[in-house]
Parts: sequence; C-alpha cells; structure tokens
Amino acid sequence: MNINDFITKVEAEFEDVTPGTLTPTTILKEAFTWDSVNALIFLAHVNVEYDVEISANELIEAETVQDLYNLVESKMIITA
Amino acid sequence: MALFSVPDIKISGISACVPEDVYRNADYDWVEEKERNTLIKTIGVEQKRHARKGTTTADLCIDAAEKLLELLPWERNEIELIIFVSQSRDYIIPATAGLLQNRLGLSHSTIAFDIGLGCSGYVYGLSVIGSMMTTGRIKKALLFTGDISTLNTSYRDKSAFPLFGDAGTATALEYKVGASPMMFNLQTDGSGYDAIIIPDGGIRNFAEKDTSFEYQKINEGIYRNGFNIALDGIKVFNFSLREVKRNVHTLLEYAQSSLEEVDYIILHQANKLMNETIRKQLKQPEEKMPLSLKEYGNTSSASIPLTMVTQIREAMEKSKNQLLLSGFGVGLSWGSVLLETDHIICPEILVHPNS
Repeated sequence: MNINDFITKVEAEFEDVTPGTLTPTTILKEAFTWDSVNALIFLAHVNVEYDVEISANELIEAETVQDLYNLVESKMIITA
Repeated sequence: MALFSVPDIKISGISACVPEDVYRNADYDWVEEKERNTLIKTIGVEQKRHARKGTTTADLCIDAAEKLLELLPWERNEIELIIFVSQSRDYIIPATAGLLQNRLGLSHSTIAFDIGLGCSGYVYGLSVIGSMMTTGRIKKALLFTGDISTLNTSYRDKSAFPLFGDAGTATALEYKVGASPMMFNLQTDGSGYDAIIIPDGGIRNFAEKDTSFEYQKINEGIYRNGFNIALDGIKVFNFSLREVKRNVHTLLEYAQSSLEEVDYIILHQANKLMNETIRKQLKQPEEKMPLSLKEYGNTSSASIPLTMVTQIREAMEKSKNQLLLSGFGVGLSWGSVLLETDHIICPEILVHPNS
C-alpha cells in the first residue's frame, strides 16, 4: 500500500470528491462531507480493501488524508 | 461455540405480509436533498411500509399464517407449537403467541411462547422450533417473525428513520423423518446490548412522565426520546463486518460444506452498504445474495423470509434449494443456518389493508 494508491481508491468511493483533488495534507472536513454516512462508507471500503477495522473514536481523531492513511497502515502492521 | 444440527424437519411454506401504507424516503424532509440522496443510496432503501397506530406485528403474522393454512393441506388442530419472534409485542404482558393461538383457532394443546430477538430472530427461531419439534416429535408448527419498528422510530433521527420498515411473516414446518438437517451456528455478545436499544419502558428504565417522553439532541440531525430506537451505526457496522463472515465460515467448516454448494445466501437486510460489504467479504456474486431493502427497508426478524418471498419466490416454489441464512444485530446476537428447501408453498407478498 502506498498513499497515492490509497488516495485514488478513496476518491472513487465518495461521490462528492472529484478524482485527483485529494492530497496527503487535504483536511477531510474541508474537502467533502465528512459525516457519519461517509464514515461508514470509508469503514466498509478499508474493511474489504485492506481487511482492517477502525473504531468511531479513531476516525474522529483523523483530520487529514495522511491521518487516515496512517490509521489504516498501523492496523495493517498489527494484523500482518 | 453453539454449532449443532437439527434433523428431520422440513420447511413446508413461507409467507410474508406488510402494511398498506408506503413511505418513500424521497419525501423524508428532515434532511436536505443532497444528504437525503446520499442516505438513500448508501442504505439502499427507496421505500418501505409503515403500519398505522393500532396495527400490530401479530396482525401481519395472522394474515401470513391464514394464507399458508389456506394453501397447505393442514388441519388447524394438527398444529401443536407456535413461536412468535418479535420485539414489538401486542402488550407488555401477556406473550403475543397466546393471542395468535386463539385468533388462529388452534387447539388448547398448542405450545405457544415468544422470543424477544430482532435481526437474528429468524435463524434463532428456526433453531428453537426445529429442536422442539425433533425432540417432541411435533408434527406441525408455525414460526412467526417480524416487527413494527416504525412507531418507535423518531422522525427527527436521520440515522434510524429512513432505515426501518414493518413486516410480519409465518413459516410452516413439518416433522419428516429423513429431511435434510438444518445446521446452525448461533452466537451472542451482550456487551454490545446498547448498540441497538430502546432504553425506556422496561423495568431498568421504567417509563417516567418527565424524562422518557422528552426529546434530546443526540447529534446533528438526531433527536430521540426514551422510547425511540437508538442505533450506534458504527458499532453495529464494525461488529457485523467482523463477525458474520467468521460465523458463516465456521458453520461451513462444521457442515463440511462450502459456499459453492449453496444456491442462495440470504442475509438479514440491515442496510445496503453493510450487506454489500459482507457480500464482498464472502466473494459472492450479487444474484446469489438477493436484497429486498429497496422496497421494504430493514424489517428486523422478518427480513430473511421477506427476502425469500419477494426475491426468490419462484425458485422456492419450483425447485430444491440449498440456502444459507444469516441474521445479525440487536443483542448483539447473530447466527447462521444451512438448510434445504424443496418445492415449498411461497405465496406472493400480502398487504394488510388499513382498517
């Protein structure tokens, strides 16, 4: 997994995100509707794609795309 | 782990009934259009059925049962056992199963009782009714499942209101030596009791005039009182994505079977995102895992038989099917069953008219 690949896949999941607009420093709340429905879509995506489980509290702490990536990556290391 | 097999029981008929009123989520004006569209797309519920006050789950189950009794070569006095699986009973006391026995004109030697489960209720119900029939050599029995959830749901709760629909079902079972065994894997984690909860009105939080009826802001777009269903979406979501596939794989291992041998996998209809994610986890094609969410929403313990009736009725009536059914949610309670159906009675979905 690398961050560019991660971003491409995340962009494809959300309807209100134009592909190619997210960067590692993008602030989630400013880029799109980062609400509970989109949180579930993200959880479902990373569950299928990377086989990781993220809690509500962990998601709330993530501010940027990089934070999300780090969160997923940390889970993958633990389960590997 | 509760893995077990119930021999000599066959399903003879399945019927489902919904209330007449259709609620379209496009009309849900508590949230703005853009959010509403995302919501509808994500949960996959375009419309669902809403019962009017005064109609109960038992009323829907009665219609479903009467239709089966009309189509099956059964005498009413042959029915010795009925079980009502629901979380929306007619009264706090007594049990609703007794009312069903009386209204259906069944004999006084009928065993009748309720089971208080929701999403996992159909699978649990099959296990209890099947086990009792096998050990007691009970020839004919009816399993009722369903809920009226919409009356307990707050309109001003976007996390719950668009999701739930009302339905009641009846399943007819017979004792038949040599019938293919039903194989179960049932599980529970009560630490998650508050993930889906109606907190007030039971004995723990007795109904209080000053507090139970008061609406509180829980979150943006979410207002509820103590009698409303409270749903912790992310908790239920993570639980389901973690446990359902494990439960299914353990059952398949126990049954020395595989998903290739299964014709249809019918999941509890939780919401589209959840069901589709589980489908991807199980690596199965869409046509093998039919959904009824679009037209009926999440109908609690009715969702599995309702999906069979509305999505694969022809296959149920005209062929032999290997089925894997899996229910998961409120409790937290979950379970799966592998079973075979063989040319069963499966009438088209019934509509309970408004009186």
